[in-house]
Amino acid sequence: MTKTTPDALPAEGGPGDGPLLAVDNLHVEFQTRAGVVRAVNGVSYTVGAGETLAVLGESGSGKSVTAQAIMGILDMPPAVIPKGEIRFRGTDLLKLSEDARTQVRGQRIAMIFQDALSALNPVFTVGWQISEMFRVHRGMSKADGMKKAVELMDRVRIPAARQRVHDYPHQFSGGMRQRIMIAMSIALDPEVLIADEPTTALDVTVQAQIMELLADLQRESQMGLILITHDLGVVADVADKIAVMYAGRIVENAPVYDIYKAPAHPYTKGLLDSIPRVDLKGQELYAIKGLPPNLLDLPSGCSFNPRCPYRQDNCVTDAPPLYEISGVRSSACHYWREVLDGERQ
Amino acid sequence: MGRYVIRRLIQAIPVLLGATLLIFCIVFALPGDPIAALFGDKRPDPAIAEVLREQYHLNDPLLLQYWYYISGVLFRGDFGVNFADIPVSQIMAGKFQITLNLALTALTMEAVIGVGLGLWAALRRGKATDTMILASTLLLISVPTLVTGFVLQLLLGVKLKQWTGADIFPVAGTFAGWRSYLLPGFVLAGTSIAYLTRLTRTSLAETLRADYIRTATAKGLSRRRVVGRHGLRNALIPLVTYLGADLGNLMGGAVITETIFNLQGIGNQLFTSVYLREQPVVVGIVTVLVLVYILANLVVDLLYAVLDPRIRYE
Ligand SMILES: Nc1ncnc2c1ncn2[C@@H]1O[C@H](COP(=O)(O)OP(=O)(O)O)[C@@H](O)[C@H]1O
Ligand code: SF4
Ligand SMILES: [Mg+2]
Repeated sequence: MTKTTPDALPAEGGPGDGPLLAVDNLHVEFQTRAGVVRAVNGVSYTVGAGETLAVLGESGSGKSVTAQAIMGILDMPPAVIPKGEIRFRGTDLLKLSEDARTQVRGQRIAMIFQDALSALNPVFTVGWQISEMFRVHRGMSKADGMKKAVELMDRVRIPAARQRVHDYPHQFSGGMRQRIMIAMSIALDPEVLIADEPTTALDVTVQAQIMELLADLQRESQMGLILITHDLGVVADVADKIAVMYAGRIVENAPVYDIYKAPAHPYTKGLLDSIPRVDLKGQELYAIKGLPPNLLDLPSGCSFNPRCPYRQDNCVTDAPPLYEISGVRSSACHYWREVLDGERQ
Repeated sequence: MGRYVIRRLIQAIPVLLGATLLIFCIVFALPGDPIAALFGDKRPDPAIAEVLREQYHLNDPLLLQYWYYISGVLFRGDFGVNFADIPVSQIMAGKFQITLNLALTALTMEAVIGVGLGLWAALRRGKATDTMILASTLLLISVPTLVTGFVLQLLLGVKLKQWTGADIFPVAGTFAGWRSYLLPGFVLAGTSIAYLTRLTRTSLAETLRADYIRTATAKGLSRRRVVGRHGLRNALIPLVTYLGADLGNLMGGAVITETIFNLQGIGNQLFTSVYLREQPVVVGIVTVLVLVYILANLVVDLLYAVLDPRIRYE
């Protein structure tokens, strides 16, 4: 299969040093009537080919906005990106022309949304919507596009794909609908797939099946996978590494195993402690006290300081940088050592 | 689907009966004597008047009169005769065509201008074009048809002809073929154009906020395709409903326009017949209008199912 390559963009497997996709110190603001909403305040994460990055954080922490910035589907205005880079194979996507970005979108970086019922167009058949990728981007005929759609529906394990290709989204169950979204997103073999809470709207057994499907597809194609979630339990089995977000910032970046073993940020620690655990059954669940901050008026110093059990005086005045702990690990906490050692203050 | 249509048609019968009875009562309650009106200024011979009264059942109770009438319509397709013995169906036939032409012209203008302006405004939301379009719709809504009618007749009809020498927009009658309908069609469609513009703007703007629009963008489709294919197809649904329902309104509301432009349609006829207290003609016209309403609504509902696959009639 040939890929159209916009001028400024290296071809698949081409040069481009470093990771497949790197978000670097990204800032996104929304100009609203109430003021400037600082939704993303210096997010950095990377994902390599064949790698799965889980982006974890409470609702409102800026996970989706970051993803939409990568896709280039933010409404600008009201959104503005005052600072930061999004490097795809070494090229900063933010510096590309709108035309060049359209070439990347959907073909080389694709996205799956949370609620497949509202994310699929209600008035077109699922076959039409999947085959649109081939018709528009590959110039295929309607009939060939439909054949491809059936193949893809088979690939995401939708039973009786040949018959169901002519059905409309509302005629499918929630899980099947999400499979259709997935089929549509992987249609052109993207190099990066962003899944924004792909299982949140589904029940637990279906959640596991969808996760398994995503993991399988990723293994087959070696794409970089960014899994956005607010539920650590969902991604634990499939993720290679985790980026924890709080108030529009990454507070901890680490391999999954390391985070589970010993978190290096008080917020991550709070998240882990609030997961129900079989061995602690019957005990009251821990909950991080307080509320997420107002993005119109972020606290000075460390954004987490009003809720932090480790807080010291300098936390209120000095914003912590992302401290490098090891080559693969970093934490945005002045006292990451103490947290890592498990000393609750 | 077939069963649904039949059920809807059966449901329409009481509506039709109710509407005709109502209009029958209203016409009956009008002051004045139709037989006297027939003789104009002259005083009718009481004996002749009495014979005529008997012949047209004017001495019978109201409900009985209604029964004579409606049984003729239902069982013989006979809308009766007026007081000059001309069949009502014959009176209506040619006039109905004129009104239908007028209404269809108006509907086409509505669809083209209203939807067009609405799309334009939606795509330029908050910009000067948008504000200007919104302001002009407001103007169109607030100025009465009577005023737009006369003003346009004067400017585009009379004055334009004086200046250019060419009769581009005929101002009266139907002798110029389809061009005769342009000006009255626009006047009739005026407020509807304005409403449809606003409806289109709102509908498309709302559709463009939908999640599936974001998905379409994320698929790497051009803005044109996202709006024109994914957006418009969804935004169209309420517009078709509005257009369909408006056909009845346009036909029923043509009285003023037909009078201004001297079009001999059913609106004009209705006006004359109410004046002359020709019950059979008034009731006949209203019956046909009610039928048009009912059928237009049925067509809209069926179109709805075609446009929106989530809707199914069994
Ligand atoms: N169009 C917008 N206008 C103003 N604020 C927005 C807009 N989109 C998102 N936000 C704000 O950005 C913040 C981050 O949102 P989001 O990235 O969706 O969070 P999540 O981590 O739950 O995905 C939220 O507080 C939200 O209110
Ligand atoms: S910097 Fe201070 S307030 Fe922030 S997380 Fe670390 S200890 Fe808590
Ligand atoms: Mg989100």
